[in-house]
Amino acid sequence: MNMQTKPPHTAAEKAILDSFTEIMGQLPGDAPVTAARDKLLSAISADGLPTRRIESWHYTDLRNLLRDIPSQASGAAQRVEPLVRGSLLLPVVQGQSADIRAPEGMELTSYMELLASGEAVKNLVPRGSDDLIGQLNGAFVMDGYSFSVAADQAIEEIIEIQSTQSGGQVHSRFAASFGAKATATIIDRHLGDVGQAGLSSSITTLDLADGADVTWIILQGCGDDDQRLAQLNARLGADAKLKLYVINAGGKLVRQELHVEAAGEGSHLDLRCVNLLAGDSHTDVTLTLGHNVPNTTSSEIVRNVVLNRARGVFQGQIRVAQVAQKTDAQMACNTLLLSDDGEFSAKPELEIFADDVICAHGATVIDIDHNHLFYLMARGISEKSARGLLVNGFVDELIDELENEDLVEALETLIEQWLADHG
Amino acid sequence: MLEIKNLHARIAEDGTEIIRGLNLTVKAGEVAAIMGPNGSGKSTLSYILAGRDDYEVTEGDILYNGESILELDPSERAAKGIFLAFQYPVEIPGVATMQFLKVAMNEQRKARGEEELKTPEFIKLVKEAAASLQINPDMLKRPLNVGFSGGEKKRAEILQMKLLGPQLCVLDETDSGLDIDALKIVSDGVNALRSPDRAVIVITHYQRLLEHIVPDTVHVLYKGQVIKTGDKDLALDLEANGYAGIIEAAA
Repeated sequence: MNMQTKPPHTAAEKAILDSFTEIMGQLPGDAPVTAARDKLLSAISADGLPTRRIESWHYTDLRNLLRDIPSQASGAAQRVEPLVRGSLLLPVVQGQSADIRAPEGMELTSYMELLASGEAVKNLVPRGSDDLIGQLNGAFVMDGYSFSVAADQAIEEIIEIQSTQSGGQVHSRFAASFGAKATATIIDRHLGDVGQAGLSSSITTLDLADGADVTWIILQGCGDDDQRLAQLNARLGADAKLKLYVINAGGKLVRQELHVEAAGEGSHLDLRCVNLLAGDSHTDVTLTLGHNVPNTTSSEIVRNVVLNRARGVFQGQIRVAQVAQKTDAQMACNTLLLSDDGEFSAKPELEIFADDVICAHGATVIDIDHNHLFYLMARGISEKSARGLLVNGFVDELIDELENEDLVEALETLIEQWLADHG
Repeated sequence: MLEIKNLHARIAEDGTEIIRGLNLTVKAGEVAAIMGPNGSGKSTLSYILAGRDDYEVTEGDILYNGESILELDPSERAAKGIFLAFQYPVEIPGVATMQFLKVAMNEQRKARGEEELKTPEFIKLVKEAAASLQINPDMLKRPLNVGFSGGEKKRAEILQMKLLGPQLCVLDETDSGLDIDALKIVSDGVNALRSPDRAVIVITHYQRLLEHIVPDTVHVLYKGQVIKTGDKDLALDLEANGYAGIIEAAA
């Protein structure tokens, strides 16, 4: 006999179930895909949205925070210029992919095709019972892109996956695989409209074969009322190198999960995350990283600028398997707290089963350095500008590590603009 | 140009008095050397001139071109032409040297009601100034002072001074940490800036720097006061005989 009575569905949970009924007729997929979607939705219906009692959601109590579920209807989203001129644009306008010709060495399909043909069914499986993003996105996913870069192929131009949304709901998937020794730089950009409350979910899967070298930049520029749930799953083959950037600069409620498996010896992950937090927003970046084999390395640096009443979360879990000797993992989370009402929670978590490893983590909360400020002002720079330069510098330090100068400039301009608008 | 009258100042945090009735006048065109034993208040004086708020002026005044500057913040003083070359230039990661130079030059121009520099013009000015100080252009691509050697930092200070063209230059132990060649380059840079409408205050421990930057006046600072003023021969005398005799005579 079941002693526990389930709490009744919240308004948001009801709205999610209702919107499935509303949209299910339009969702692509063969019978197995449809069955998978139903199963995922049933899980949401049975368990409800996760609360702080679920460990992985402890700092982002979704049942409390996710209140308004917009209807499927939306405003008119449009493509915008790519961040870096000359990039190959893969647009997703209000959840719809476009027919784009892939450059040489790359194969490209819309995710809708993979759903319609049933090929995507194997991907409609959540990571675990606490994987709300996997459940929600899997139930509702409409479109996106899947592409593969051939072995030894160096894609010169930047690829920009550009999702634009104006309110409503958008649920997209992206799958990218990179052949052995392939190199590419991808900007995964999500833009929302100001004043249109939208809900979006996105799941991205990266597979780096041996020796692939990929720079993947998640650039989140949601509107102030948008709610976004995103997940990236990456697998690194031997000697593969992933430089993963996450730049959060918008949204009311944002959860960005990053799940990386260092599966091949000699692989390396660089995570650089910049959280620009303002207003009354809640932004959560959750990393799980598995060092699963010997001789893998990683470096994670998270830099947060917190203004107003914004709240931020970084959960960084690093698991080192028993066989994974000589792992070297360095994690740091630095917060520039510029408001008395803002907050940032950092939760490092190391699970180490090997005995010959280097794992370090650190978290700092700082204010503007008085010596730096005086030095700049002694050169005639006004206090306001000097503070601006220092806040910019705090995050630009991470951006400067990128090699492509156009990209560095575009990202630094974007950050500078955000700080000028919110500072 | 600069007139310090009966200046008393203390550390804001704990109230320790460092400057105790200091009087000093520096005229336009003059190079004034300030020497003194450790702890006499030399660096504090330089910080107070630049407007660092860790120090409180409790009595007296600092007149610059006839006007009190005590109420001005560091950036306003800099815009009026006061420049402090730091003893320990600060490393600021993330702030690009070129960007910093451009912002500083343009903010000063703006404060003086002048037009902002165009980028090509700015780059030309920086390149010329850097070349004259034998500064490797690659150094300017790095974040401000980050990874610079001691000598490079000091040269970078003089580069900033050259580009900002101040009226009153305060060099706080610019010779510390410099080898002989770098000392020569830095001194030449300072000497090139000597002019009838510009004054330089050189704070140093050693006569060595004053062989390169020959002062018009030498002032001995002790316990927050100027206890003796003379010409360049005073520095030679100090080098030969130390401070003890002068301190005794003043007591």
